[in-house]
This record gives sequence, structure tokens and C-alpha cells, in this order.
Amino acid sequence: MKAKRSRFLLGMLCFGFAFLYVPIILMMIYSFNYSKLVPVWGGFSTRWYTTLFQSEDVWAATALSLKIALLNATFATLLGTLAGIALSRIHSFRGRTLFTGMISAPLVMPEVITGLSLLLLFITLNQLIGWPAERGITTITIAHITFSMAFVAIIIQSRLAGTSRDLEEAALDLGAKPFRVLWDITLPQLAPGMVAGWLLAFTLSLDDLVIASFVSGPGATTLPMLIYSRIRLGLRPDINALATIIILTVTIGVLIAGWIMIRQQRASAQDAEHS
Amino acid sequence: MTQESAYPWREEGATPFISIRNITKRFGNFTAVDDISLDIYKGELFGLLGGSGCGKTTLLRMLAGFESPTSGSIIIDGADMTQVPPYERPVNMMFQSYALFPHMSVEKNIAYGLKRDGVARDEVKERVADMLAMVELSDFGKRKPRQLSGGQRQRVALARALVKRPKVLLLDEPLAALDKRLREQTQFELMNIQDRTGVTFVVVTHDQEEAMTLSTRIAVMDAGRFMQIGEPAEIYENPATKYIANFIGSANLLPVTIGGKSNAVYEVLHEPSQTGFTVSSDKALKSGEEFTLALRPEKILIDKSPLTDYENQITGIVREIAYLGKLSTYRVETPLGITLEVTAPNQVRPKGTGHRIEWDDEVYLGWNADSAILLKD
Repeated sequence: MKAKRSRFLLGMLCFGFAFLYVPIILMMIYSFNYSKLVPVWGGFSTRWYTTLFQSEDVWAATALSLKIALLNATFATLLGTLAGIALSRIHSFRGRTLFTGMISAPLVMPEVITGLSLLLLFITLNQLIGWPAERGITTITIAHITFSMAFVAIIIQSRLAGTSRDLEEAALDLGAKPFRVLWDITLPQLAPGMVAGWLLAFTLSLDDLVIASFVSGPGATTLPMLIYSRIRLGLRPDINALATIIILTVTIGVLIAGWIMIRQQRASAQDAEHS
Repeated sequence: MTQESAYPWREEGATPFISIRNITKRFGNFTAVDDISLDIYKGELFGLLGGSGCGKTTLLRMLAGFESPTSGSIIIDGADMTQVPPYERPVNMMFQSYALFPHMSVEKNIAYGLKRDGVARDEVKERVADMLAMVELSDFGKRKPRQLSGGQRQRVALARALVKRPKVLLLDEPLAALDKRLREQTQFELMNIQDRTGVTFVVVTHDQEEAMTLSTRIAVMDAGRFMQIGEPAEIYENPATKYIANFIGSANLLPVTIGGKSNAVYEVLHEPSQTGFTVSSDKALKSGEEFTLALRPEKILIDKSPLTDYENQITGIVREIAYLGKLSTYRVETPLGITLEVTAPNQVRPKGTGHRIEWDDEVYLGWNADSAILLKD
């Protein structure tokens, strides 16, 4: 009886995983396909990887995407952390409720609308003050920061909500001015949250197609934009190769993030055990 | 330097070190601290005692500067501190949670306050080492707080709060997180350290026994006000109200009516049972006024044979006995219609297995006129 049930559970588990990962694995396998026609197996080959590495378009798009993602993650973490601290540590300021609502609005806003409204903003700004002169890396980065910041703010806020103010008050009591307290006590406590926020902002930016398409200009093509435009002309094996590389990179990133988080959890579990 | 009295509060015109004047603190509609004034003298170990929500922690936080009073002022060593931020006050606090910085070693925790003051590096090192020696943790300087036991953390917190040589040290429930044995030991350590450093301590506690042992004086708080301020013995022997009589230790309470008077001894009548007692009081009381007679359990003598030489004597039947080793508590049913609580030391080792006084024994209770006090409310 028991064995039967567990076999059933195991079957369901396998089915679930298959549903999630078979498409990805298939794509990875086809990236090593010699044939130019994607669904037809023509023998093992790494020719598409060679093609990929020789394609200047791909290199340029990758570089652009990484640049935007890095800038975005850094600025979003900075601003989002400050917003998160304001939300959870400053208890009464004028318009606090409005601020809370407005911070989380980008989380639920459809991307199409965010993209469109940002595009309109940039056009208007250009007409009024002549900046941004042309749309490209700057506008995409700004657009990404606006929505990634909200995610970081939520992460920071939830982390701070769970910690007492005692540590910060103790530092104040020992003679540290508020900025010093922020630097010495609050930020070290927030470090894991900030790392998580940074990684999230980084991936959000790398992933984004819709908003980037709206606010990008003629010269700037991000990696998702490049992939999408190529796929529109039909399935291409070199895109499979590109996707495989991206997946491997992301997997390694997630593993590292997970490892950091587990270490953090162990440390805080130890803290809890001793107190 | 003039000789300082050990009991400055007993003297007329002594200069207070901390002066709390008409402090009120409101949170919205809730009044946490309600127009209170208090003088604390240099070198005192002052106890703020009360149940949860009585305003004692709010008062302490106002002394530290974490809350600013709605009205009133706080003066420490002659300087008005009411609007001074916590990082500029000559006051340090030991938190109930200890609030040790988890990402810093014990040494760095203790050195933190000195570094903020820009103390030279060599001096920081020296003073941290002194503090570690004082709390007997010299070998633990490199450890992180999570690698210490509860008692060790408590001592690090104390060292960190004292290293800046504050004028006043505030302690929020300093012993609450320790187990009973460690608590007793730490009590005496705290008193020793206070004695050696000469820093004025203000201790918040909900534990009346802790307040009694530690404090030079105690302020009993309830609903944001002081019910009574005095030395431990004064509060115990002369509680101002029934609430305090019951909050600090326990007391038998009898409603009585004042009768005649001779030589500061009043005759009072317990009306329901028409029993008369004598109580001494130096207050001028009117005949016919209603009071509560309060009598501590240990001030009543209990015996199986009739008592002589006591100004007040009644009989009763033992209904319950709580044997605590060094003493026993008896609940005695009396003809007054109420059960009196009586404690007596177990001075004699009982022969065999029986106690000297047993359940359902008829006993004689006696006390003198000056053992009881009269309370108005």
C-alpha cells in the first residue's frame, strides 16, 4: 500500500519536473544539432556555437544587456534600499501611505503600460529640455531602474520589518550619529537582502523585452530584443546555442545565490539557538 | 570634596543629579507617563518598579533620549537634556535584549562607543581590556556575540554600556533573560560594579524582589504615575496604598472603622464580626472613619498553645499549609470570616515525619498594635 502510493507520488514528481525541464533540455540538445533545420537531427556539432561567437551582433547585444543589467542592479539596489529603510524605519512622515502605495505600484503595472508611459515621458522630455537626445542605453537603464527599484524596496522593507530597532538604538545611545548608525549597523544587517535585491534586479533587467522595446532607440538592441527579432523570422539553431549559454549562466548564478542564502540562514539559526 | 551622604534623599536641600520635572508622554490618545516628577541623587541605584504597561520603560526611554516628552523637562547634572539627542547624552543604556551588534566581536562591541567619541586607539584598547577584566570575560574578546552564553552576553552588554563612563546608566530589565540562580548571582555583581564605578544606575524592573535587593530607592509606578517613592524597607513596612501593600510582598487586608484613641494607639472595629483590634498610627484619625488594616503574614505569630503578651489575639483553624523549607505559609480560617495568611520560620527540626502545626489544627494568632498599619485606599 505504502509502496504503491509512493510510486504514484514519484510518478507525479517526475511528470512535474519533465513538464518544467524537458523543453529546456530539448532546446539544449538541438543547439548541438548539425542540421540547419531545427527539428531535424543531423548529427552532433558545435558549429552553431562557432557561428554565435563570430556574430558581432550577438556580442554587441550581450555587452549592452550586461551593461544595462549591471547599472540597473546597482542603482536599483541603492534607491530601493533607501526607500525600504524609509518605509520601515521612519514611522510618520507626510504622505507615508501614498508613498507605500506608489512604491509597490510598478510591481502590478502591466509592462506594456510602463513601457508606453516611459516612452511618452522620454519624448516629452526631449521636446522640453532636449534630453535624452536619443533613446538607447540611458533610457533603457532608467526604465529598468524604475521597476526593479520597487522589487528591491519590498525585499528590504520585509527584512527590516522583522528586526527590532534595539541594535540601532544601542548604536545611537553609544554616540553614533544617525548616518553612522545607518552605515555601521543597519546596512550590515541588510547586506544579504541587498545582495538578493541586486541579483533580482540584475535578472529582471536581463529578462526584459517589452519595456526595453518601447524605450530603446535605433542603435541599441538588447539580447532579448535580438533573440526576439531573429526568432520572428523562423527558428534558428544559433539562437538555441545562445539560449543554452544563458541558461547555464543563470543556473550558476542561482546556485551561488542559493548557497549564500543557506549560509546566511545557518548563521542566523545559530544566533537564534544561542539566545 | 565634601563628604557625601550615603542617603542624600533623606537630607533637606540636597542637590539632585537627575531631575525629572512634570514629564508627560502621550502616544495618540494614550498617556503612557502622566505628569510625574522625580529627583535621583548621585550614586544611587534607583529602581523603577511596575507591571507591564505602567510607563516605566517609556520613562527610561525618555531618559535615554529615544522618546521626547510631550511636556516637562529632564535635567541631568545641571544640564537640560530634554531636547538633546541620544548620541549626545552622557547616558548609556543596557537593553533588555542586550542589543549586541551580531557582526562585531565582543571587543569591537565594547569599543564602539569609545571610537565614536574619537578616543585615541591605545586608550580604547586599554579601556576595553579593563572592562573585559571587570566582567571577567578577558578571554572572550575575539568571539562573536552568538558564541556566548546568555549570562556572558549580559556582561558584555554591561561592559559596553559602562565603558564610556556615563553619568547615568539605564538598565532595562537587566536580569529578566537569565535563569533564577544566575539572576541572584548577577544581582550582587551589579551592585558591586555600581559601587566600584560610582555611576548612577536607574533600573527598570517588573520583579519586586529584584527591585528590593538592588535598589537604594524604589519608585512604584502604575498607569503612568508614581504610587510611592521610597527606600525598600519604607515601601515594604509603610506601603502608601492597598495596591502597593499587595504588589510588594503580600498582606492581609481587613476593613475596619476607627474607634477611640489612647497614646497614638487607635481602637478599631471589624464590623462584620464585631471584633476589636488595636493599631498604632501617628496620623490624626477621626472616629468613625473607615480604613483598611494591613498586616504582613510574617508579622503574625502562630502557635498551638494560647499566646500571652500580644495586644491582638484571635484563634483559627489551619486550612492550608505551603511548606517552603526555610519557612511555611499557613492559611488560617478565623472567626472574622476571612482567611489570614501567616508565615513562620521553621526553626525547629520536626521529630518524625509530622510538621509542628498540622492541617485542621486549632491555632492561636497574635500580633502587636505596631505590627499592623492603616491604609486609606
